[in-house]
Amino acid sequence: MSVTPYIVLSAILFTIGCVGVLTRRNAIVVFMCVELMLNASNLALVAFSRQHGNLDGQIAAFFVMVVAAAEVVVGLAIIMTIFRTRRSASVDDASLLKY
Amino acid sequence: MNAAFWVLAPVMVLAALGLLFVRKAVHAALLLAVVMMSLAVLYAVLDAPFLFAVQIIVYTGAILMLFLFVLMLVGVDASDSVVETIRGQRVLAIVGGLLLGLVLVVGLAQLSLGTAVGLTEANAPGNIQALADILFSRYVFAFETTSALLITAAVGAMVLAHRERLTPKPTQASLAAQRIRDYSDKGLHPGPLPPPGVFARHNAVDTPALLPDGTTAEASISRVLRARGTVRSAPALADDIEEVQRSLEGRRTPTPGVDLAPDTSPEGDLDTDGGRR
Repeated sequence: MSVTPYIVLSAILFTIGCVGVLTRRNAIVVFMCVELMLNASNLALVAFSRQHGNLDGQIAAFFVMVVAAAEVVVGLAIIMTIFRTRRSASVDDASLLKY
Repeated sequence: MNAAFWVLAPVMVLAALGLLFVRKAVHAALLLAVVMMSLAVLYAVLDAPFLFAVQIIVYTGAILMLFLFVLMLVGVDASDSVVETIRGQRVLAIVGGLLLGLVLVVGLAQLSLGTAVGLTEANAPGNIQALADILFSRYVFAFETTSALLITAAVGAMVLAHRERLTPKPTQASLAAQRIRDYSDKGLHPGPLPPPGVFARHNAVDTPALLPDGTTAEASISRVLRARGTVRSAPALADDIEEVQRSLEGRRTPTPGVDLAPDTSPEGDLDTDGGRR
């Protein structure tokens, strides 16, 4: 079976994640959409690894997962800190740098 | 293996679309879990059993649990605001997203990748062995750098989540002194609160204790229960008990006329005696 359907699915998931990051206002949901985009790119990497018959794509997907885990930990800690000081998890409320 | 893809792909796309439209962040997390589990199955289909396990353990097990923990701390009702801070941003985002998706899908559908080489040869010594072979030879520097990244992330999260204590920790002695001060200033009861009532009919914390004069002790009930309005009325329960007792008595002596007769009931005797005096 060709891997094209997997790549198309990955593109669709990436687009949905992209739109989610741009439209959602809850910081945690925005973060989940970022995770969705990372997952979509992982799917493309694994599919291309199968297409080309070497395992470098799977290694890259593995590294993406590691970086995503580190990113989620720090990002959620930042969201919690902002929530603790401002009592809000909305990305619109953290706008002090604008003024 | 074809069937797995065509079953899971619509599920994944629907769950991902749900991520855009659900109002509660908890539901979004559960939909993301659906997408990630389906992705794990697709990895297994794509001859990546190691990534299948890592996806389930790291993403679904660790990262989503972290999301749910933070949702628990932040509050489930932290819902989205509908107000747009940038005019037309939502419409532009949707139009741009549709365009991006269209370009990607049409472009990918145009190109033909040919038949896949497949991983049977690369996976010949076993997927995990083959991955380890590459990871610890060609990518060993990246692998070592990853450890530094993970340490930095863990320390960074601890520093960010740490809160400095600004007031001294209350000790038992200071708490006792505060209690006595409250008693002398405001007349608050210094001892422990009365426990909730324990009755034959209803033995639970939502039943207030009764004072000797028959009124309820307000302090014996948690204020949360009172705010919810789920406090039971103890006198009503007492009425219930009397009703049950009365019905039991009525069953024991089926003829009501005998009850009313002054000879048979001792209370009646007392009453009549009292009346005479």
